[in-house]
Amino acid sequence: MNAPTKIPVASRRDFLAGSGLVIGLALPMGKAAAKAAPAGEATPFAPNAFVRIAGDNTVTVIIKHVEFGQGPATGLSTIVADELDADWGQMRIAFAPANDPLYKNLAFGTMGTGGSTAMANSWMQMRNAGASARAMLVAAAARTWGVPAAEVTVAKGVVSHGAKTATFGDLAATAATMPIPEKPTLKTPAQWTLIGRDTPKLDSLVKTNGSAQFTMDVQRPGMVVSVIEHAPAFGGTVKSVDDAAALAIPGVVAVKTIPQGVVVYAKDTFAAMKGRAALKVDWDLSKAETRSTDTMIKQYIAAAATPGVECEAEGNVATALASAAKRIEATYVFPFLAHAPMETMDAVIEPKDGGADFYAGSQFQVGDTTAVSKVLGVPFAGMTLHEQYAGGSFGRRATPDMGNAVEAAMATKAFGGTTAVKHVWTRENDIRGGRYRPLIVHTIKGGVDAKGQIVGLDAVVAGQSFMRGTGFFNPSAKFDEAMVEGLTGSAYAFPALRVGANELKNGVPTLWWRSVGNTHTAYVMETFLDRLFELGKQDPIMGRIALMKDDRAKAVLKRVAEVAGGLSAKSGRARGVAFHKSFGSYVAQIAEVSVGADKLPRVHKVWAAVDCGVPINPNVIRAQIEGGVGFGLGHALYAEITLGEGGVVQQSNFDTYRSLRMAEMPEVEVAIINSTANPTGIGEPGLPPIAPAVANAWRKLTGKVVTRLPFAHSENA
Amino acid sequence: MATEFTLNGAAARFDGDPDTPLLWVLRDHLQLTGTKYGCGIAQCGACTVHLDGKNRRSCVTPIASVAGRSVTTIEGATGKTAEAVKAAWVAIDVPQCGFCQSGQVMSAIGLLAAKPNPTDADIDHGMAGNICRCATYVRIRQAIKDAAKHVETAA
Ligand code: FES
Ligand code: FES
Repeated sequence: MNAPTKIPVASRRDFLAGSGLVIGLALPMGKAAAKAAPAGEATPFAPNAFVRIAGDNTVTVIIKHVEFGQGPATGLSTIVADELDADWGQMRIAFAPANDPLYKNLAFGTMGTGGSTAMANSWMQMRNAGASARAMLVAAAARTWGVPAAEVTVAKGVVSHGAKTATFGDLAATAATMPIPEKPTLKTPAQWTLIGRDTPKLDSLVKTNGSAQFTMDVQRPGMVVSVIEHAPAFGGTVKSVDDAAALAIPGVVAVKTIPQGVVVYAKDTFAAMKGRAALKVDWDLSKAETRSTDTMIKQYIAAAATPGVECEAEGNVATALASAAKRIEATYVFPFLAHAPMETMDAVIEPKDGGADFYAGSQFQVGDTTAVSKVLGVPFAGMTLHEQYAGGSFGRRATPDMGNAVEAAMATKAFGGTTAVKHVWTRENDIRGGRYRPLIVHTIKGGVDAKGQIVGLDAVVAGQSFMRGTGFFNPSAKFDEAMVEGLTGSAYAFPALRVGANELKNGVPTLWWRSVGNTHTAYVMETFLDRLFELGKQDPIMGRIALMKDDRAKAVLKRVAEVAGGLSAKSGRARGVAFHKSFGSYVAQIAEVSVGADKLPRVHKVWAAVDCGVPINPNVIRAQIEGGVGFGLGHALYAEITLGEGGVVQQSNFDTYRSLRMAEMPEVEVAIINSTANPTGIGEPGLPPIAPAVANAWRKLTGKVVTRLPFAHSENA
Repeated sequence: MATEFTLNGAAARFDGDPDTPLLWVLRDHLQLTGTKYGCGIAQCGACTVHLDGKNRRSCVTPIASVAGRSVTTIEGATGKTAEAVKAAWVAIDVPQCGFCQSGQVMSAIGLLAAKPNPTDADIDHGMAGNICRCATYVRIRQAIKDAAKHVETAA
């Protein structure tokens, strides 16, 4: 959590182009940045802004995060509306332009959404923005009515004094001339009227009736559509292209080679796809990654058998395990996973004099926009980002090298750099396009003493780092935290612990994937602990609680046990429990499982308890737990990306990269701890516990220990 | 040769390649972008429209096969059932990213037209072709039931 942002002293505000009040917070920055006002606000004197109040009584919150379903647009608006005492019905949203000084993620230093930081880094920022606006409206009413400000009240968007009332819209013009309070008074939790309650999402209607605009829906005058053929193996390059057949297809207008592959341009998407299918490309695969995943896994298993770089250590684990009355060990294999967001990667770039319009559901707004400007050779100042709703991401839209934006910009440039280009990936590009959750192998050893107490854990992770070498990695770090997080910094206190990491080189590009390292560390920790508790004849819930060093962790575990009514299930079913803390939030889940007709786990119900600090919008929190459970479960049961000999990806679309479907979705019941701690993430923490909870139930039910994901993998049959 | 058909109640035509899937005619040529591309191979349901009142994957429906027939897209989904479904969707905030939801809504309307009081098994079956990567399935199921109840009591 960041300290509250300082509000600059400003003696007066210039009224904005006849429309109303713009108010917000100045982050520490130079004068130059203050000129950059949000799109649509003409005045150079606009303060940097999160809140706009118009004469028509609408309150627009400028959303600095991408909205791809995790609900930040509603969450940030809820915070502002509460401090402002606005009526929920008057709230509107607008996406922020690409502007770091105004809109950077305080946790990153640049605009970006990820690591479940949207609420945590915006909490005080949005409260201050709303409270400032409220104070200025009150001051405006006091001046207008000639009454003391202290006697003016605000509720549900109405400002009152005795019988006198005014809307925000009525007061906007006067409020804009009021001094910005240096330190606005924030509400106490008891005064909140929206925070902590279910407020409806602001984007549900447009996402239900088809009117929400995504990047793929953008149409520009004279625009062409481009699709790309990537090399069949990662690292392959184009040797030569025979494009005669492609160019003969009606509608196809050009074929160009860029470093990422061969691009086909056409008047519509179908012609472009047809053109691509007609390409004959000779690829140079001499530098490509040609190993199969089977080969990689063997190499990773060998690496995981060596100690690796020490990431965290407590006591002497070798001595502790040597003294154990009983010991077990396991090797776990986790596959590459594609994110496969419903909207594939896409961007629309429309060059103009000295710049370009850039339409994207960008997750690194400034990074992507900068990348486009560099490729096009135009100044950043000439770029306008038109941020769109994004059809999912799960991490995929944020690449440290801005690869999606760069490819679209190169495609635009190769076409001549004067025509608007919509660059769209097909699902096949997406599934075979890399940037996967890395392939990971764990080995873990543990033991219990004669009393059944766990004496220690010795864990080694082998995998590749997608962070090393990027701007997101501290070059002096000895290991990549994203590989081991969750094993390191866990909520448990073991008498002895060692976590080691072996970094391996791999030509398959990888990336953060919803909950990152926790996708596999939680599975290892929670399934292995369950086995140790059984070995030590301990109850899985009480055993975990006894090991926990943090009261918030204990509380969610107790709560989930309460709402589920414990771990016993009716005949033919079994229940498993798992806990994991990630992104500052605590989640415990209990899954009830039977054997499905397909011989895979059939998950009937999941109970979850979550502590993510002040629950800003419980409705959104429940939705994220439901979504995290579904996303985690679908991948744990069915999904893997494999490479055959020669390094060719063996999956290509949803027929081979299997997604969770309606009948496989369990019922989900969520209990939210009424915490007073500062809010932490919710987009990711719902995911890590589900796979181990199901695995623990499955082991009870069938005796099978699943250490090779997905469950559907032939080794588990 | 132009293909003529009815689109959301009005006459429509397409002059291009008769192999062009309905999906791309709608999105690229007729500016109806509510219908989405998710897979192109009838696996995800994001492109679901109604063809002569029945659920149809527009990504695998060549425009030539639509000649003389009636297409309804999310933009044209009206009537008692459609309104009930959309209202139920908004009331419990079904969408997350929203990209699959036009297809989900169209499939749900089609399902309710065939089964006004669907059981859980009917919903499993009727919605099996619609993937939601955000896994909003719990709320989709609930919204379908809410809509069914609403249509029934309003009838
Ligand atoms: S796009 Fe038609 S079913 Fe996926
Ligand atoms: S709401 Fe995102 S795919 Fe369904």
